[in-house]
Amino acid sequence: MSDPSKPNRARRNLLIASACAGGAAAVGTAVPFAASMLPSERAEALGAPVEADVSPLAPGEKMTVEWRGQPVWILRRTKEMLEGIKKADGKVADPRSERKKGELTPEYARNEFRSIKPEYLVVVGICTHLGCSPQDRLKAGPEAFESDWTGGFYCPCHGSLFDLAGRVYRNKPAPDNLRVPPYTYLSDTRILIGEDKKGA
Amino acid sequence: MAAAEKQAVTGAGPFNDLLTWIDQRFPLVETWRAHLSEYYAPKNFNFWYYFGSLALFVLVIQIVTGIFLTMNYKPDAAQAFASVEYIMREVPWGWWIRYMHSTGASFFFICVYLHMFRAMLYGSYRKPRELLWIFGMLIFFCLMAEAFFGYLLPWGQMSYWGAQVIVNLFDAIPVIGPDLAIWIRGDYVVSDATLNRFFAYHVIAVPLALLALVVAHLLALHEVGSNNPDGVEIKKAKDPKTGRPLDGIPFHPYYTVKDTFGVVAFLVVFSIVVFFAPEAGGYFLEANNFIPADPLKTPPHIAPVWYFTPYYSILRATTENFMWVLAAGVVAMAGLIIWSVKNTAARICVAALAVVLLAGFFTLDAKVWGVVLMGLSVMIFFFLPWLDQSPVNSIRYKGPITKTAIALFVIAFFVLGYLGTQAVTEERTLAAQIGTAVYFLFFFLMPWYSRMDKCRPEPERVTWK
Repeated sequence: MSDPSKPNRARRNLLIASACAGGAAAVGTAVPFAASMLPSERAEALGAPVEADVSPLAPGEKMTVEWRGQPVWILRRTKEMLEGIKKADGKVADPRSERKKGELTPEYARNEFRSIKPEYLVVVGICTHLGCSPQDRLKAGPEAFESDWTGGFYCPCHGSLFDLAGRVYRNKPAPDNLRVPPYTYLSDTRILIGEDKKGA
Repeated sequence: MAAAEKQAVTGAGPFNDLLTWIDQRFPLVETWRAHLSEYYAPKNFNFWYYFGSLALFVLVIQIVTGIFLTMNYKPDAAQAFASVEYIMREVPWGWWIRYMHSTGASFFFICVYLHMFRAMLYGSYRKPRELLWIFGMLIFFCLMAEAFFGYLLPWGQMSYWGAQVIVNLFDAIPVIGPDLAIWIRGDYVVSDATLNRFFAYHVIAVPLALLALVVAHLLALHEVGSNNPDGVEIKKAKDPKTGRPLDGIPFHPYYTVKDTFGVVAFLVVFSIVVFFAPEAGGYFLEANNFIPADPLKTPPHIAPVWYFTPYYSILRATTENFMWVLAAGVVAMAGLIIWSVKNTAARICVAALAVVLLAGFFTLDAKVWGVVLMGLSVMIFFFLPWLDQSPVNSIRYKGPITKTAIALFVIAFFVLGYLGTQAVTEERTLAAQIGTAVYFLFFFLMPWYSRMDKCRPEPERVTWK
C-alpha cells in the first residue's frame, strides 16, 4: 500500500494540523489567566470621585485627600506664591502644560497656574518619574538642590523638582508636570475630585 | 528484563540487597556515579569555587525558612505588616526563622555575585560553557525577581514604595506601558491585589522556575565539565587506560568534603549576622520598612536593598543631559564597528541601528532610556561569552589591559552600588554617570581590548602546588 521508508503525507499533515489546533487552544487558554490579573470589578468601582472641603485651609496651607488610592494635594496659594510661579517660568520644562494635554492637564487648568482658580492648586501628588510622592518645600529661599528656589515640591527618590503649579523643572528625571485630576467646584469651598463639569 | 541485566550493588554492607532492589527499578548507581563519585572536577579549585555550592546551600535555607514563614504570614494588605510583627514577637522562634530568611536573601546575592565574578576571572562562560552561563544568568534573573516580590510582603514603607517605583518602570514603555503597569499591579496603585499576587509569585511561581533552572545549570555543568583557575581543559589530558582526566579528581569525596568545610565557615559568618546584626546597619533590612506602608506618604529617602543599587544608580544617572553622552557613545561605537567589520550588510545594519537609537534618544523621554539602560546593565552579562575574544580564558594569563578593565569595572560596580543607597545631589549624579560609562565600556569595548591584549601562553596542564 504505502512505502514504509517514506513519511505518510496524509498522516503528517493531520499531525501538523492537530499540533496547530492544540497550540491555538493553549494560547486561547492563556487569555483567561492573563485577564484574571486585570483590576477586578471592585477595584474599578473604587475609582469614584471624592469631595473635599477646603474652608479650613489658611493661605499657604496644603491638604491631602485620597482619590483612587493616590494622594491629591490641594494647596491654597498666597500672592507671593503666585509671584514665585511666574518667576519659575524660565526654569520649568513645560510652562504652558502643552505635553500630553488631555492626560495631564484638563483644558480648564491649562494656564500658567494650572488651576481653575489661581488661589487653589489641585494636583495628584505622585511624581511623573517613578511614582514617589514629592515633599513640600513651599517656602521660597535657597535650598541644597536649587539656590534660587521659588517654592515648590522636591521628590526625594530621584531629585525631581516641581514649582507651586506642579510644573517640572528642566533637566530632572521626571518627564512631565504633576497631573491635574479632573475636578470641579461644587461651591466656593467644596471641590469634587475625579469628575468635572462634562461629567467625564 | 533490564532488572536481571544490572549488576548487584556491592560495598554497602547490610544495604546491598535494598540498593540492588532500587537500582534495578531506578538509575540510582548510574546517577550517583555520573554526578558525584565519577564526576571528575579539576584538582586545582581554589577559594572562589566555594560559592556555587554555597549558593545552593542558601537556596535550601531560603526554601526551608520560607515554608515555615508562610505558616504564619498573611498576604493581605490589612494584615500583612501585623502578621510579620506577630512572627517576630509571638511565634516561638519566629524571629530566628524570619531573620534567617531576610539575611539569607542578602547572602544569596553575595554568593551569586562572587560566583559570577569567579566565572569572569577564569573565563568560565567561554566555549563550550555558554549555555551553562546562560542558565546561570537566568537563575540570577529569577533571584532578582524573587527578591523584589519578597520585599513587598512585609508591607512596610520601603516595601510599598520600592514596588511602586519598580512597577512604574514598566509604565515608561511607549504605547503599552501604562496598561502593562496596571496589569502587573492588578489595580491603579500598588494595593492588596498586588500584594496577593506577589505572594503567589514569591512562594510558588518563581521558586519552581528557579529550581528547574538550577537542575538545568548542574546538568549543563556536568555535561561540559568544570572550568578551573587556569582555564585549560582537563579533558585534553586523559589516562589512556581508564579515560579519566589526569588532572581531575572525583567530586565525591574530594569536593563534597571541601564544600562541607565551606558550609561550616559560611554558617559561622551567617550566624553572626543573624544573631548579632540582622539589619546589617540598614543594608539588609531598611529602617523605613519597620513603618507600615502608607500610600499617601513617600519616605524622605528611598533606596533599594544593596544588591539592586548598582542598577538603580544607572537608572538615576540617565538624565536629559546624559543623553548627549549616550549619543556620543553610540556614534563612537558605530564607527568602531563599521571600521572593524568588513561585511557591507553588517555595516549598513549597524549604521541603521545607530540612527534609530539617536532618533530615539531625542524623541522619547530620558526616563525611558534610563529604564532601557538599567535593563541592559543586567542583560549585558548574557553576551559575555561572545564579547570576550581573548586567546586565553583565565585572568592568570591575560594581559594588563584586561586586568585594568576588570579592576575598573569592579570599582564602578561598587561606586554605583554605594551611590544607589544615597540621596541625589549634583556631584553624586555626575559620579554615577561616570560609573555608568565605565560599566558599559567594560562590556562594549571587550571585543577589541580582549583581542589587543598581550596574553601569556596557557599551560598544557593545570598548575598545582
